[in-house]
Amino acid sequence: MDKIAVKMTVNGNAVEELVEPRMLLIHFLREQLNLTGPHIGCETSHCGACTVDLDGRSVKSCTIFTCQADGGEVLTIEGLKGADGGLHPLQEGFMQEHGLQCGFCTPGMITRAHRLLQENPNPSEAEIRVGISGNLCRCTGYQNIVKAVRYAAERMNAQQEAAE
Amino acid sequence: MNDVAELTVEEREATLGGIGTARKRKEDARFIRGQGNFVDDVKLPGMVFGDFVRSPHAHAKIISIDTSAALAVPGIAAVVTAKDLEPLGLHWMPTLAGDVAAVLADKKVHFQNQEVAFVVGVDRYAVADGILAVEVEYEALPVLVDPKKALDDDAPILREDVVEKDSVGQGPRRHPNHIFTWEVGDADATEAAFASAAVTVKEDILYPRSHPSPIETCGCVASMDATNGVLTVYGTFQAPHVIRTVVSLITGLAESKIRIISPDVGGGFGNKVGAYPGYICAAAGSIVTGLPVKWIESRMDNLSTTAFARDYHMTGELAADANGKITAVRATVLADHGAFNTHAQPSKWPAGFFNIVTGSYDIPVGHVKVDGVFTNKAPGGVAYRCSFRVTEAAYLIERLIDALAQKIGIDKAEIRFRNFVQPEQFPYHSSLGWEYDSGDYPTALKKALAAVDYDGLRKEQAEKAARGELMGIGIATFTEIVGAGPTRNCDIVGLGMFDSCEIRVHPTGSAIVRLGTKSTGQGHETTFGQIVATEIGLPSEDIVVEEGDTDTAPYGLGTYGSRSTPVAGAACAVAARKIRAKAQKIAAHLLEVGEDDLEWEVDRFKVKGLPERAATMKEIAMAAYSNIPEGMEHGLETTSYYDPPNFTYPFGAYICVVDVDRFTGEIKVRRFYALDDCGTRINPMVIEGQVHGGLTEAFAIAMGQELLFDEMGNILGATLQDYFIPTAVETPEWETDFTVTPSPHHPIGAKGVGESPNVGGVPAFTNAVVDAFAQHGVTHMPMPHTTWRVWQTIDELGLNK
Repeated sequence: MDKIAVKMTVNGNAVEELVEPRMLLIHFLREQLNLTGPHIGCETSHCGACTVDLDGRSVKSCTIFTCQADGGEVLTIEGLKGADGGLHPLQEGFMQEHGLQCGFCTPGMITRAHRLLQENPNPSEAEIRVGISGNLCRCTGYQNIVKAVRYAAERMNAQQEAAE
Repeated sequence: MNDVAELTVEEREATLGGIGTARKRKEDARFIRGQGNFVDDVKLPGMVFGDFVRSPHAHAKIISIDTSAALAVPGIAAVVTAKDLEPLGLHWMPTLAGDVAAVLADKKVHFQNQEVAFVVGVDRYAVADGILAVEVEYEALPVLVDPKKALDDDAPILREDVVEKDSVGQGPRRHPNHIFTWEVGDADATEAAFASAAVTVKEDILYPRSHPSPIETCGCVASMDATNGVLTVYGTFQAPHVIRTVVSLITGLAESKIRIISPDVGGGFGNKVGAYPGYICAAAGSIVTGLPVKWIESRMDNLSTTAFARDYHMTGELAADANGKITAVRATVLADHGAFNTHAQPSKWPAGFFNIVTGSYDIPVGHVKVDGVFTNKAPGGVAYRCSFRVTEAAYLIERLIDALAQKIGIDKAEIRFRNFVQPEQFPYHSSLGWEYDSGDYPTALKKALAAVDYDGLRKEQAEKAARGELMGIGIATFTEIVGAGPTRNCDIVGLGMFDSCEIRVHPTGSAIVRLGTKSTGQGHETTFGQIVATEIGLPSEDIVVEEGDTDTAPYGLGTYGSRSTPVAGAACAVAARKIRAKAQKIAAHLLEVGEDDLEWEVDRFKVKGLPERAATMKEIAMAAYSNIPEGMEHGLETTSYYDPPNFTYPFGAYICVVDVDRFTGEIKVRRFYALDDCGTRINPMVIEGQVHGGLTEAFAIAMGQELLFDEMGNILGATLQDYFIPTAVETPEWETDFTVTPSPHHPIGAKGVGESPNVGGVPAFTNAVVDAFAQHGVTHMPMPHTTWRVWQTIDELGLNK
């Protein structure tokens, strides 16, 4: 199959590659760019393990084509960092609140939570539950994930206030 | 020897991060950065992909397979069929249960989506094209879906390959579709107890077919190095060593030339115990092409072909006196095992430990009879946070005792108190053959009732009932049996179900610990380090725990059935104690005293009566490599293979409160309180996490999960569109609590907890739902309790009028 050229920014790096038009974004990220943080858990866009950020929105990269991301800006878990370059408050929160067990859904979950906190910097527990409902986890029962997101929100808001 | 007074004993203990501390997990550091190494992340030079042509039919003859068009597809390297595997003897494989299973369909297919051919190509896309180009001609055969019809005289015969066989590995059989009959208990005495009982209850209870469906599906990368003849397989294996032995038995390769590596595994829940055609075909594909071959299951393949759970069609009966004291239990079960007998559990237990069906109750006599049958469905049966059919047994007894309470008209908590095995009865010998190690059931239930204000809830329920509202309170006081198991009665393909731990203490006082188990999210890298830290007095921070590589880890039977802590955790403690025993000899040498003059304190040996004279474990570690007593060998390392003297019996008291909308049938879980007693608690944070996860899976099973088939054997809804996995929105808030009744035979008193919340959670939900309708004479409602089904009950009862 003839390949087409795509250009995008991934985790702040300019990327130019040739791909088959039918190549899914998740395969492009994982197999062509070696960004194996986002995972594949289903093929119907239900589990959210493949969640990445595209142009400021959460997308399930298993159900969009790479060429749809042409010219876009992509963020994966590998590109997520705290203000000081260390761990992002969400990453810290997931560790502190035991928001992960097997770790397979975690990159998608954190990437989704990152966008959620951009959309709503101070979400209630119920808002978090709705906000992450496109991401499935079989190990944790979500309770500690909700706590982890609250942890991050509080940290980020405190950092924000300190900066102001 | 120096600075002994600088920290207090408590401070030194805290520094260790040992047993009982809610230590943060070591494994998290890589997962939160997206740097886990799961099997689909493994990339080997030259690696190609493989995937299956699968059968659209549930039962059909294969007339022909034409691979020529597929081989002409760009990028396709090979198409493997049963005919290609036959010369290698790889077209069928032995199962852990003593049967055989087709690797690739040989002359006929037995279930929908069965593997028919394996297409290997340069990438997933080429392989998908290749699969479409394989032409298979089938001749459809009559399909057997209903297990209740499997043993009919005119039932279609499924397994022509074993039709002449009197046994398929688990005892005599009486029909071509029959697998085994398993009976335990005293049928006559049970019948006598029923004949003379003041009260009896009987319920038909189906535990439907469900699926563990971890977010990571099954998969592997197989690489045959033709130069040195070594086969390396990375894969989603809960039991890597067993897989190595099975691969050796199947292929004839020396076990020393097979290396099995379980990298990070994205949840298992029993789905990843067995050996699947994908593993064999990837290995065969690597042999054929000379290249590493990756096979990764799709979600639909996962839900429709690998390791389903349950499918137990049960009839349960209780006999009791007028006060509700149970006098006998009887269970008759039809087990649907699908097309091959592949359930992964101890060989001698065709129905697992289903005879734990007496539960937490002192029942003088009982009888259990289980028949296993073949149907045109995917094979499997033991999976999903289920310790070998304990889940089904606990569901049955917890449902029956509620039905009994309703029939006699006594409270559902009270009937449990009247029947509990009492604390002084332990070790308790059940009428169906188990020796319960320890327990205190009344204390657990009392604590649970007080925590939820049970009397207040019952009062509220009565008030609501008077207004026509539906509120249910479900209790489950379950007993688990885990930690398989004692090798005298537990084996898998003949291998005793011991487990192992190797500890190497390095000169500067850190250590590496390797085990025969494999964490799939349970946090072994953290918790096993805690056990060793407490036992040998080195900080858990400096203890590295490794599992999953058969070239480096000691042989063990793997992680499933809540066996890691009871068996490998025990091996950890025993190995650590061997280290400490040697350390004591070295300490005596360093301090120039007799061994008996020393006492252990947190991280050091002290001279009795002279507390300032001490040798720390760090100092001893260095001495082990530099300054040892005469006649001793250097080094500080050991391995323990632990054969547990008995199973462990975790238990719990769960209470679930539901409100049912009598117009829509919608169920709202208002409250769920879970008290677990798993003996000594190694890491409370990890335990709580396990309970949250297990309860969420129990919620999924009780409220929505079911793998259904139509009359043609088509699996209905094998995608996450249809198969219910709760999101954060549906999942209730969990309240956890505990009591601690240590196991008397486990070195640190721990019992295992992973499966308890599934075992106890499911009956708690159903009991709550049924309880909401109990006032209207309802004694059982089949799972899953979907809104539609509950609404039907409401409508039949006219409660929405």
